[in-house]
Amino acid sequence: MSKFLKALVPLVLFLGLAALLFYGLGTDPRKVPSPLVGKPAPEFSLPALLDPNRTVSSADLAGKVTLLNVWFSSCVSCRAEHRELMRIAREDGVQIVGLNWKDDKGAAIQMLRQFGNPYSLIAVDEAGRVGIDWGVYGAPETFVVDPEGIIRYKQIGPIDQEVWEQTLRPLVEKIKAEGRA
Amino acid sequence: MSSRWKAFVLAGLLVTSGAGAYTLEEFTFEDPAQGTAFRALIEELRCLVCQNESLAASQADLAQDLRKEVYRMFREGKSRDQIVQFLVDRYGDFVLYDPPFKPSTYLLWLGPFVLVGIGAFLLVRTLLVKRQSPSQELSDEERRRLQELLGSEANRDQSDRDSAK
Repeated sequence: MSKFLKALVPLVLFLGLAALLFYGLGTDPRKVPSPLVGKPAPEFSLPALLDPNRTVSSADLAGKVTLLNVWFSSCVSCRAEHRELMRIAREDGVQIVGLNWKDDKGAAIQMLRQFGNPYSLIAVDEAGRVGIDWGVYGAPETFVVDPEGIIRYKQIGPIDQEVWEQTLRPLVEKIKAEGRA
Repeated sequence: MSSRWKAFVLAGLLVTSGAGAYTLEEFTFEDPAQGTAFRALIEELRCLVCQNESLAASQADLAQDLRKEVYRMFREGKSRDQIVQFLVDRYGDFVLYDPPFKPSTYLLWLGPFVLVGIGAFLLVRTLLVKRQSPSQELSDEERRRLQELLGSEANRDQSDRDSAK
């Protein structure tokens, strides 16, 4: 090895380490990848928030692209993403199902009255048991479930316009295209 | 309000605010060995909310839910491995303080040994190269240059001293 190349070794090592650390700066350690992506959505059957006589179950997710959104009323980030959810709900071909997680029913209904209801159905998980089955560890979290009931993606943290346009919408379009093929 | 009263009130607030904390006391077992096993297990599991705390230590709401869940499974007679698998299926290897040895963790487990290996290799090679290096004897030509350099150095020292006078 020539002297010149040898002298470059520390520089290359430094650049490699710098690149690794720079990458580490951009990743959020709070976002723990879900082992459920690519697997069938966990079964559940829970009372509906707005209709006491109805239950919401895994069957309600079938046949459509579904965003299963985990929220509770006193969660600040959930309120922050609420407006974006309202906008997405007006778009075609995707249904938003809410999982009202460890919340007070009255407060949850009050919040929907105040800010609108983007959900086609809302399941009430007061004890957080279904949340555990879905690997929920904070709100908001949003699972993209395809018409076959397979979880395709987990969004941790609030959905804003950027997340929707750059990550979720392309995925939803892709899933829809698969269905037509 | 006198400062003594303020101190009393503050002390009282401290006492009452501590009352809402989660403890492990509610998780009771008839068999003390099971209780020990339960505590040992939740010490080994990591809380997802406060990531540097174990499930045993965390005061997060979710940690309490998961402790209850682990307790329930313990009471049902599930094995340690079954309970760990239940949590890994839902939350991933992240919940384990002791991650398993598999392709995605090879770097984690083997990386340090690889680095030590590279270091040892470089160290041995450097030492061998040093030992094999040519003798330190100077050739006639080098000896002459050395004399020349030393001579000129001595002359300069002399001149420095002269100028200092």
